[in-house]
Amino acid sequence: MYNQTVARLTYKALLGRRRALLLFALPLLLLVVAVAVRLLGDVDDDVTKQLLGGFAMATIVPLIGVVAGTGAIGPEIDDGSVVYLLAKPTRRAGIIITKLIVAIGVTVAFSAIPVFLAGYILNGNSQQIAVAYAAAAAAASVAYSALFLLLGTVSRHAVVIGLVYALIWEALFGSMVPGARELSVQQWALTLAQKIGGSGAGITSEVGLTMGVTLLAAATVGGAWYASRRLRVFTLAGEE
Amino acid sequence: MTTIHIDHTSRWFGNVVAVNDITMDIGPGVTGLLGPNGAGKSTLINMMGGFLPPSTGGVTLDGAPIWRNQNAYKEIGLVPEREGMYDFLTGWEFVLANAELHKLSDPASAARKALATVEMTDAQDRKISTYSKGMRQRVKMASALVHDPSVLLLDEPFNGMDPRQRMQLMQLLRQMGETGRTVLFSSHILEEVEQLASHIEVVVAGRHAASGDFRKIRRLMTDRPHRYLVRSSDDRRLAAALIADASTAGIELDWNEKALQIQAIDFGRFTDVLPRLAREHGIRLYTVSPSDESLESVFSYLVAA
Repeated sequence: MYNQTVARLTYKALLGRRRALLLFALPLLLLVVAVAVRLLGDVDDDVTKQLLGGFAMATIVPLIGVVAGTGAIGPEIDDGSVVYLLAKPTRRAGIIITKLIVAIGVTVAFSAIPVFLAGYILNGNSQQIAVAYAAAAAAASVAYSALFLLLGTVSRHAVVIGLVYALIWEALFGSMVPGARELSVQQWALTLAQKIGGSGAGITSEVGLTMGVTLLAAATVGGAWYASRRLRVFTLAGEE
Repeated sequence: MTTIHIDHTSRWFGNVVAVNDITMDIGPGVTGLLGPNGAGKSTLINMMGGFLPPSTGGVTLDGAPIWRNQNAYKEIGLVPEREGMYDFLTGWEFVLANAELHKLSDPASAARKALATVEMTDAQDRKISTYSKGMRQRVKMASALVHDPSVLLLDEPFNGMDPRQRMQLMQLLRQMGETGRTVLFSSHILEEVEQLASHIEVVVAGRHAASGDFRKIRRLMTDRPHRYLVRSSDDRRLAAALIADASTAGIELDWNEKALQIQAIDFGRFTDVLPRLAREHGIRLYTVSPSDESLESVFSYLVAA
């Protein structure tokens, strides 16, 4: 199913353009904030938790997911170059799965790893907080990649919709409004952090572990499935 | 031998009918799809290329529907009109990727051959973003040829090409047609189509207007009534002399334009008679201009015919 050529094209598209700047800038921001917080004052587990949970998981991870997920297919659909992928005897599901794997790889690399590093800088992985949030970020990366990849096949405004979702739903409602929090990739992924984090870490999430993992898996599989369906019926409109 | 069969096919977008009950077969050789802009040429090509389902009717390749049939692309090479084509790759990387996506046994040599065919070997290591329009077009061609398809579909391939590149591409397409491939290209320029196509399909306003070799199409176009606007030193006397000749069917003294509106029914004879009569009557001709030579009016005549 994995297609090396599709993967190569997708990596080049993601890492060779302006998107790459965003991909590097966001984790860098997280690390800079972590270093600054560390240098400026006493860092306890609580501060670490607030920064990784309230800032990294709520903002940085979904934003990286938007950039990588939509970027893995959106621009090709916008400028029509996806025709060169599709005018081939290649299974559409294979194209989507490959792009999904690439998007996941990029999102994990640019979100989970920086989250881990930031946690280490802040409190040296006390109470397993760095590992816990890195695992949650990785799990969230998988679901975000699938959802935003799907968004890239559905709408020309995928980036805008993705940003609205990431910043308003995940960062605002997903962290604060009770009902909305249950429908948030962030909260589903936090079940993992809750499980891994030490008892003193006090990481909480809105849903149970089984439910969280099930919902993450469902979002990923569902997103990928519908994205390949969209690709199978991709049309070029006629002359205006 | 590969044939695309379009059977009573229509395609509409909302309330707009882009293709209206068209039936045609595209067989081996070079076929030109001729029509003014907005006639439905791209819609037809998109349906033949599997990137648009017909609203009704069927579009098949040797009997198999093309829509949602990935295996059709083993036979089809597609040159889209749109420019998007992975600008961040070099020409070589782009054509190689296309060869790999076709799962060819030796993608590198196929890519090398395709790039040589379109004479892009020298520029193959430059990024596509640095290419001129003609170069992009040729690399698109290479990507469509890389798996040696039996059908080649090209949407307005000559747009933006300079005369030399145009000649080159025509030569290439002619060769492909002569070796038994089915080549279909669209254009809104009659001269382009008649230079290249052994067979012409004319589409106007979504309908199939005419079909035949270029002689037949040319005759249909020149045999139609022509309208001319003529200004002379004595319009009224000229009109009297012209209406006596069998080459004209109607003449109007147009007061607003201060000119004659002439309807000629025998194009060849009229062009001969007009200057002769003017000379015989000592009338000076100031303006002789065809007043309905826009492609649309030429084509719409064909539709009515």
